[in-house]
Amino acid sequence: MVGIVIVSHSAMLAQGVVDLTRMMAADCPIAAAGGLDDGSFGTSYEKIMNAIEDVHGPDGVAVLMDMGSAVMTTEMVLEDLPYTDVKMVDCPIAEGAVAATIASVGRLDLDSVIADALAAKDMQKF
Amino acid sequence: MMDSKKVLDTILAIGKRIEEEKDFLTELDNVIGDGDHGINMARGFHMVAEKLAPLEGKDIGTLLKTTGMTLVSTVGGASGPLYGTAFMKAGMVMAGKEEMSLTDFFACMDAAIEGVKMRGKGDKGEKTMLDAMIPALDAMKSSADGGAGAKEVLKAGVQSAKEGVEYTKTIIATKGRASYVGERSIGHQDPGATSFTDMLEVICQAL
Repeated sequence: MVGIVIVSHSAMLAQGVVDLTRMMAADCPIAAAGGLDDGSFGTSYEKIMNAIEDVHGPDGVAVLMDMGSAVMTTEMVLEDLPYTDVKMVDCPIAEGAVAATIASVGRLDLDSVIADALAAKDMQKF
Repeated sequence: MMDSKKVLDTILAIGKRIEEEKDFLTELDNVIGDGDHGINMARGFHMVAEKLAPLEGKDIGTLLKTTGMTLVSTVGGASGPLYGTAFMKAGMVMAGKEEMSLTDFFACMDAAIEGVKMRGKGDKGEKTMLDAMIPALDAMKSSADGGAGAKEVLKAGVQSAKEGVEYTKTIIATKGRASYVGERSIGHQDPGATSFTDMLEVICQAL
C-alpha cells in the first residue's frame, strides 16, 4: 500500500487528519508530522523525515502538507532522501487525505493515489 | 575581508542580535504573518551557536553549511528553509576556503538570493526578505565597482537594505503567510526583510 504522511504546523491537526482517515481506511500506513518537538506550532524537518521513513514501503509515499514552511521543509526532506517514490501532493489536507488513504487501501499505485487526492481540490461540497 | 574565525564570530554575533530583536521581529510578524519570526529565528540561532562551538578552525564552507542545516532543522517556520537554504548555498560557494574576500561575499550573496528565490518560488516586489537582499547586493556591487573598501561597501548595502525594508511597507504581500492578509499588509514592514537587514548590519559592524 502507498504510505501517506500528513505535515502540518499543528500537531493536533496532523493527528486529527490521520484519525479522520481511519474512519474509511483503517489499514492505510499513514503518519502525522505536526508541530515542533516542544509542542509549539511549526514544521519539523526531523518529524517529516521520520514519518516518511515510518510509512515508506515498496509502493512509495504521498505527502500532504498545509502551507508555507510545511511545503518548503518537506521539499528539503525530499531532496535529502534517496527515494524517488516519495511525492508531494498539492491538495486540501483533510479531504485529500481521506481520498488518498481510501485509494491506498484499494491497492491503487502511487500515481493513482495522488490523482485521487488531487481530485479533492475540485470536489464540490454543495 | 574575513578569515574563518571572524566568520564564526560574526555568525554568533548575528545570533545575539536576533535574540535582542526577537520581540520586535515577532511583533512585526504578529501583524501580517503567523507571529513566530523572532521566536523561531532566536531558537534556530541558539542551536547554531551550540553546533558551531566545536567547529572552530574549520573552513568557512563547513561553518556556513552547518549554520544552514541547523536553521532548517530547528527554526520551524518559513524562515528555516529560506535562511537555511541561503546559508547552505553560501556554504557551497565557500567549501574548503579559510578566507572570504569581498568577491567571495558577493558570490555567497548571489547564491543565497538564488536559493531563497528557488525555495520560496519568489522574487522581489512581493514583500519578502528578497526586497532587502536584492537591492543590498546591487548597492554593494556598485559601491565596490566605484572602488570603495569592504566596510564602505557593507555600509552601502545596509543603507540599501533599510530602504528595502521601508519599501516593503508600501506593497501588498503576495508570498508567504502575509499574502492571506492581502491589502491590509500595506503600511507594515516585512519581518524577513527586517531580519536580513539586522544580519547585514552585524556583518558590517564586524569589519
